[in-house]
Amino acid sequence: MAGDEGKGTGLDRRSFLKLAGGILGSAGVYAVLINVKGTAVLDIASGQAAGDYDPNEHYWGFVVNSHNCIGCGKCVVACKQENRVPQRDDCNRTWIERYHLTEDGRVLVDSPQSGINGFVGKPYLKPGEPEPIIDKAFFVPKLCNQCDNAPCIQVCPVSATYKTKDGIILVDQERCIGCRYCIMTCPYGARYLVPADADRSPTGNTSVADKCTWCYHRITKGRLPACVEACPVGARVFGDLNDPESPVRKIMRETRVAVLKPDLGTKPKCYYVGLEEGVR
Amino acid sequence: MDGFAYPNEVQIGWGLIVVLYPFTTGLIAGAFIVSALYYVFNVESLRPLARFSLVTALAFVIVAPLPLLVHLGQPERAVEIFVTPHFTSAMAMFGYIWLFYMAILMIQTWLVFRKDIVTYAITATGLKRRIYSAMALGVYDVSAKSLAIDRRLVKVLGAIGIPSAWILFHGYSGFIFGSVKANPWWSTPLMPIIFLFSAVVSGMALLIILYVAAMGVQRKPLNHDALRSLASWLAGFLAVNVTIEALEVATMMYMQEESWDTVRSLITERLAVSYLGIQLVLGSALPLLALWVVALVRLPQRAATLLSSAGALLTLVGVFAMRWNVVIGGQILSKSLRGFLSYTPEIGGREGILAALLLMALPFELFALITYFIPPWREAPVESSGIQLELNMVEPEFPRPA
Repeated sequence: MAGDEGKGTGLDRRSFLKLAGGILGSAGVYAVLINVKGTAVLDIASGQAAGDYDPNEHYWGFVVNSHNCIGCGKCVVACKQENRVPQRDDCNRTWIERYHLTEDGRVLVDSPQSGINGFVGKPYLKPGEPEPIIDKAFFVPKLCNQCDNAPCIQVCPVSATYKTKDGIILVDQERCIGCRYCIMTCPYGARYLVPADADRSPTGNTSVADKCTWCYHRITKGRLPACVEACPVGARVFGDLNDPESPVRKIMRETRVAVLKPDLGTKPKCYYVGLEEGVR
Repeated sequence: MDGFAYPNEVQIGWGLIVVLYPFTTGLIAGAFIVSALYYVFNVESLRPLARFSLVTALAFVIVAPLPLLVHLGQPERAVEIFVTPHFTSAMAMFGYIWLFYMAILMIQTWLVFRKDIVTYAITATGLKRRIYSAMALGVYDVSAKSLAIDRRLVKVLGAIGIPSAWILFHGYSGFIFGSVKANPWWSTPLMPIIFLFSAVVSGMALLIILYVAAMGVQRKPLNHDALRSLASWLAGFLAVNVTIEALEVATMMYMQEESWDTVRSLITERLAVSYLGIQLVLGSALPLLALWVVALVRLPQRAATLLSSAGALLTLVGVFAMRWNVVIGGQILSKSLRGFLSYTPEIGGREGILAALLLMALPFELFALITYFIPPWREAPVESSGIQLELNMVEPEFPRPA
């Protein structure tokens, strides 16, 4: 073949590959640096935001007493109002489930409008299905479990979901990209996407993930979560797991409690009194 | 809703567009492995398809992230995945793996087509000449020695690409689903392997159809022998794929865990048509039969090609159904294991059927554009302006180490 060394004036192959490698490499280093910086920003957001509140002094826990719940729905109302949760059935930071255990061994569960209007009428039945004889019935309020080993934090590709020093899992909705991986991975259905056409939103952002924060804006000011305050029967109890005298620790000492789906290893910090087998 | 589901589950977060994502990206896998079978593993029978498959893989890898971007609630923040990735997230690695994969495919394509590009740059005139000169990146050395180095680089890149980019990229989308412990229909370590193999078979199937269609449009004769070889490779990969998919469900069935009743109801009632009908019978059993006949029986050339094409088409339908059954199936099954939700894609809107069709068309348009500039099926015209080039019909033969 003629003209063997007919090389052009521009880059040869080797320099081109070198250049390309260099660009990719610097992008990687930049990404690591930004990520380190990103962590620092999160600490500020979680810790020093609320005046003299010191997140290092607390580790919050929640007790739900299923025996006490009367299914009035006041907690759901209070939560929607306090947190500007969209007024839709598919957007909930908390909800109530009703369980009917029938004589023939079936478990019928429903949560009409997430329980916001209380519970009236029959449990969920297929059309024409005979009315079952009910052996046992109870309500189970649900909310974010603020898992110590939270899968939602693990899967968030941009660290928008993070854990504060006092143990609360928060979503930075200015950072969330709306990929919904966290919604898929939460075993408890505690998360939802604020719809693009929502009537309102907790932080004014739409198309981002949202969930219960145990009213972080309230508890860091020494107040109780809105649902706890609204509950007329003391079915919801909130307190500091660091403090042996807190109502939460007291209940956990005096009675037997359980968490939801313990086999998944998420280590929830929401403890249930009177949890029936089969409640998931 | 049938039975009970957590109230927030009524939102089906990952819809049709997310079904499309593993489907379109999966097509890259098959195209890439076919090019690698020739360039890395020296499978001579696939030589007529080597350049074709490389260009196909390139067209699909460039638009790979588009469905994800369309799906994001905040697409303008997508760049955060690249600049501030959260390293424990399986999803965060996507950007880097994709860039790496695309870089490998781009460099490979450039090296393989360099001789064509240089020839066009010398023979073309006007704007085209400028475009080809830019594509040549200033390297005009097409001596036999230089081309032999190119060829070796292509082989090395392919050998690096298979264990890294190829396995990571296609395995990772399976891992995203397989690692969701909250979901019994997703959670299995087999998922990345299932995704990898279904990706390979869908890509090989696409190559068969695209090659037959492109040759028809170009009025060029089909290389029936190469097609038969590809159909045989597809038959083999499809057999492995179906076996692993069956293993997954058989294990669930045999282990009879708490979730089995719900999963059984999902696949035999809720997904009866798309799982039992389309994925298993139409998309697995029938193409398996067709392709194995092509591979084992000496049919007349045209009959073999016809049967391969039919098998390939059914395989594509089956893999799409599989993506649907995984992505949508996993979400219509409530994580409370007490009921089912429903999902019907909307027609319009950002995540509707029209958007999906548009996204599906894009890589084919890109394929048309790329092949306009570097047609893999045509030899570059032998020019007469100084440098003499030896050009082969499809893939120039170079001396390679024995």
